[in-house]
Amino acid sequence: MSSEHIVKSYDEELNHLNEAILKMGGLAEAQLADAIEAIAVRDPELASETMRGDVKIDALEAAVDHQAVRLLALRQPMAKDLRTIIAALKISAAIERIGDYAANVAKRAIVLSEARPVRPVHAIPRMGRLVQRMIKDVLDAYTEGDAVKAKAVWLKDADVDDLYNSLFREVLTYMMEDPRNITACTHLLFIAKNIERIGDHATNMAELVYYMVVGTPLLETRPKGDDASYTMVEPPGRTDGKGNAD
Amino acid sequence: MTFLEGQAERQGIAIGASGDTRVRSASPAAHPATVATSEETPIKMTARKLSVFYGEKQALFDVSLDIPDRQIMAFIGPSGCGKSTFLRSLNRMNDTIAGCTMTGEVMVDGINIYDRVVDVVELRRRIGMVFQKPNPFPKSIYDNVAYGPRIHGLASSKEELDEIVQTCLARTGLLDEVSTRLHEPGTSLSGGQQQRLCIARAIAVSPDIILMDEPCSALDPIATARVEELMQELQKNYTIVIVTHNMQQAARVSQRTAFFHLGTLVEWGMTEQIFTSPVDDRTQGYITGRYG
Repeated sequence: MSSEHIVKSYDEELNHLNEAILKMGGLAEAQLADAIEAIAVRDPELASETMRGDVKIDALEAAVDHQAVRLLALRQPMAKDLRTIIAALKISAAIERIGDYAANVAKRAIVLSEARPVRPVHAIPRMGRLVQRMIKDVLDAYTEGDAVKAKAVWLKDADVDDLYNSLFREVLTYMMEDPRNITACTHLLFIAKNIERIGDHATNMAELVYYMVVGTPLLETRPKGDDASYTMVEPPGRTDGKGNAD
Repeated sequence: MTFLEGQAERQGIAIGASGDTRVRSASPAAHPATVATSEETPIKMTARKLSVFYGEKQALFDVSLDIPDRQIMAFIGPSGCGKSTFLRSLNRMNDTIAGCTMTGEVMVDGINIYDRVVDVVELRRRIGMVFQKPNPFPKSIYDNVAYGPRIHGLASSKEELDEIVQTCLARTGLLDEVSTRLHEPGTSLSGGQQQRLCIARAIAVSPDIILMDEPCSALDPIATARVEELMQELQKNYTIVIVTHNMQQAARVSQRTAFFHLGTLVEWGMTEQIFTSPVDDRTQGYITGRYG
């Protein structure tokens, strides 16, 4: 089957939609990279600039919505076209959220650059690179219509969860060690949580790409690794709650 | 089918003619083709390996398809794909075309309608048809609807006939529009009203199945919406098969859709599935408007 519509302008409109998604995704990826760089090098200037960059993503999201609604109304898309447009609508919402999280990471980078350095910061760039890679791969899967690649991204989220869990424990320990770490560590926790959430959105995008390409939802159960919600770390020298000394 | 079975079928149809058309559907279990479906919906019609030829030229290739009872099934496909040929073979309309031959079978409630003993006139009473262009008889509105019941002897008195006419016009939503001019010619109505008159005429003889060949292609969007609304209403009591070039229409009104291409049945299934994630590339290409 040829991939071209008999009506050329229909293809052009779908291409515009795809281009807007890719542009949004590229921006979000760069926003995240800059926010993490700002943390790593303690650069409040870069952080402020990154925060301001979010409006571009928001504007693109509005443009994608407009184009998608227009296509739905004027073309009455069917089958793959319909799935592409629905996926574009949802993916653009996911990218917009990613942009918001990146902006929040940047905002906290400003505070972090003023607080005294804490060691767990070093784990952030690693987590950031992993999630950035997921965004890049899912955008590639979208462009190439590659369901296998989309599924690979989907499975990667477990790695992000693992990193988040270990960071969570580490940060708690640091806070117990020295209360002067609490400000920086709390911001760090939120930063890690935001990056973890970005990973979740990339995973959702992977599910959407899979649906767009294959036509059925990705129904398998994803390996879930985020157990930070259940994590307890007892401070040294305290009782364990049953009256036993540590 | 043995001769005896043929006789029994014949009687079954005769029972249908006396007014109780549901009697036949009580005993389809003996025919596996009528019960074999993936879903729970009972099957009204079944085509098995149906091929149709116009002289030397084969127009339809080995089509096997189940049509569910009291649902709307839509046939879509490009011009010349065989969908109308297939539709016409469902009530033996192709019999009237010189040089047209067929192989395979079409079962309605388990009876092969091409069996020698089947009375074609009676068959077409049970399987009505509505065409692309509204074609009311050159008679009054009343007589258009009364014509079928009269020749089939479905009404024993003037009052009964009046009631049939009133009911059918009411069911098609025409009664309010034409109640004061029942004796004016059917052709004096608007196109949409004429088409609904034709549908009223089709249901006046208590059919089980209504075949519609592009019933809305000559109508404006409002008249089309009325006919579609009517189809949804009729679906409670009748099995409807519609051939349409308008895919949005197929998507709107039908529960099942079948896609034909170059004389073959490419894909059929739940309408939602066909229009959101078709399996075959040819279906995908056709419904999304790409080169096939």
